[in-house]
Amino acid sequence: MVELKGKGVSGGIAIGKLAFVKRDEISVKRTRIENTQKEMERFETAKEISKEQLQSLYEKAVKEVGESSAQIFAIHQALMDDPDYNDSVDNIIHSQCLNAEYAVAVTSDNFADMFAAMEDEYMRERAADIRDISNRIMRNLQQSQEEQSQTEEKHIICADDLAPSETVQMDKSKVLAFCTKFGSSNSHTAILARTMNLPAVIGLGEELLAEYNGKEAIVDGSTGTIYIEPEQKMLEEMRRQQQAQEHRKELLKELKGKENVTLNGQKIKVFANVGGLSDIGQVLANDAGGIGLFRSEFLYLESSDYPSEETQFSTYRQILEKMAGKKVIIRTLDIGADKQIDYFHLDKEENPALGFRAIRICLTRPEIFKTQLRALYRASVYGNLGIMFPMIISLEEIHKIKQVVSEVKEELKAEGLPLKEDVELGIMIETPAAVMVSDMLAKEVDFFSVGTNDLTQYTLAIDRQNPKLESFCDTHHPALLRMIEFAADNAHKHGAWIGICGELGGDLELTEQFLAMGIDELSVSPSLVLPLREKIRSTDMTTYETAEKKLRLNS
Amino acid sequence: MVAKTVEVINAQGLHMRPAGVLAQAMNKHKECDVKLNVNGKSINGKAVMQIMSAGIKCGSTVEIVCDGAEEQAVLDEAVAMFESGFGE
Repeated sequence: MVELKGKGVSGGIAIGKLAFVKRDEISVKRTRIENTQKEMERFETAKEISKEQLQSLYEKAVKEVGESSAQIFAIHQALMDDPDYNDSVDNIIHSQCLNAEYAVAVTSDNFADMFAAMEDEYMRERAADIRDISNRIMRNLQQSQEEQSQTEEKHIICADDLAPSETVQMDKSKVLAFCTKFGSSNSHTAILARTMNLPAVIGLGEELLAEYNGKEAIVDGSTGTIYIEPEQKMLEEMRRQQQAQEHRKELLKELKGKENVTLNGQKIKVFANVGGLSDIGQVLANDAGGIGLFRSEFLYLESSDYPSEETQFSTYRQILEKMAGKKVIIRTLDIGADKQIDYFHLDKEENPALGFRAIRICLTRPEIFKTQLRALYRASVYGNLGIMFPMIISLEEIHKIKQVVSEVKEELKAEGLPLKEDVELGIMIETPAAVMVSDMLAKEVDFFSVGTNDLTQYTLAIDRQNPKLESFCDTHHPALLRMIEFAADNAHKHGAWIGICGELGGDLELTEQFLAMGIDELSVSPSLVLPLREKIRSTDMTTYETAEKKLRLNS
Repeated sequence: MVAKTVEVINAQGLHMRPAGVLAQAMNKHKECDVKLNVNGKSINGKAVMQIMSAGIKCGSTVEIVCDGAEEQAVLDEAVAMFESGFGE
């Protein structure tokens, strides 16, 4: 098996045989000609034919990939009419008495070189456009046909680079994926592949050897990897992933825009967990109802110093705007334990999971906390924000937090900055302490969100990172489920709503139990949103009672 | 000869698409010269490759100069294209 790494520019998995695009090298001879007028006419005719071809490519592309992607072929026609380009051809034919093919080849090289030497990466890539239009004119001068693949089977198309015209001309029913040695993510091929929903990996380099032609391969467009002559194990794994992707695509078609409601009419919200701005596309693509957990740590982890209020404000604002009015719950800084940041200069601890982390840092160093809260409240006017505080164990902490929150709001108002008064405030339920006093906490906040990962480790006294303990770790331990139920009852008794944002929220074996507890929201990784929706929509809670009894008897 | 100064509002500047759209439209007016004065250079408004290679960024000011038949109409057309962001 050979593994090659490139850059994935269009996601998805394809499995099939590799086929290299054959190009007949256009060989151009330099010949002296007598009748320069006639030679110019040959050039003009070839150019007109070329423009007609581009026009029909344009029309084909409009139908297949839409107007905006098709426009490239209209622009290529404009390139052929460029006066400097035409003057150069005219000049070589007339003053040097040379043939049209040679005149076009030289002109093409000169203009392509000019673009290739430009500083701007986008402009450098335009050299490929110049070569593409010039090759077309030369082919028409020689009246040679463009190579069309004649194979019946579907293939993974490989090439040094693909011109947009080549990409569009391919018979789409025979293409599984694109792989190129060169190219960039701005290239038309990358854009077209994304529009056509085909996996594409570019920049594989010279290691993409011509001798691989016809060999079986796997293309993984999301990781940018191709596996040539894959091992059986790899093949099975990728087939499984491919099926999961297909399944998700079908689910999406079927379930997009549908409600999360059980057969007997019980509704629950399904939100997504997010770790950065770039995940938002996945949240929307998978049709999540909102963001149940936005981990703000990435802002601090990606930075070499404390991120400023402006940086944070602009990020939060972008998230809220992208989510366009859907609920976005942002969790304040949760570092310490397994997430360390140098510039915080935190002391080494014997027992970091039980140490100086999350809200404990924020309440000890209010300047860090205030900067984040100011940015959050300033962003609040751009959407539907909720703020959530991690690692809570006591009522006193909530009082302290609320004190800081009201200071921040007063400050912003005094500065005349707009903010939303009724931003929902919630806490993570991830310590047994918070569960046991959840009746007191629920009176003070708008919502709870159960962090099942930490709650599991603190309840079972099991370190999640220790593989030796795996056999002792029962993630469905009745102690844990009772804790969640206890917190849910207290939340509802005191007018708060409750969600689950830990890994357990996406555990389809527990969905019925969570519905039975009356959990209001489940926040899961974006790829689990639709499978969870499917599970909810096929559940009938009227027949659930017996199973619930079984759980209670067992426990 | 008529002239007007406009600002480039396209986020990516006058990249290939807007340059092509402009040159294509200006090429229809055979009897009128179109020049773009930008960054101290004077370029042919009908030459897509010149426009592209001038690397005109968003926010640049461009003086459009039209000289020839129906020059005012040609200028108005060019100004409207810049102002609409070339339909982007």
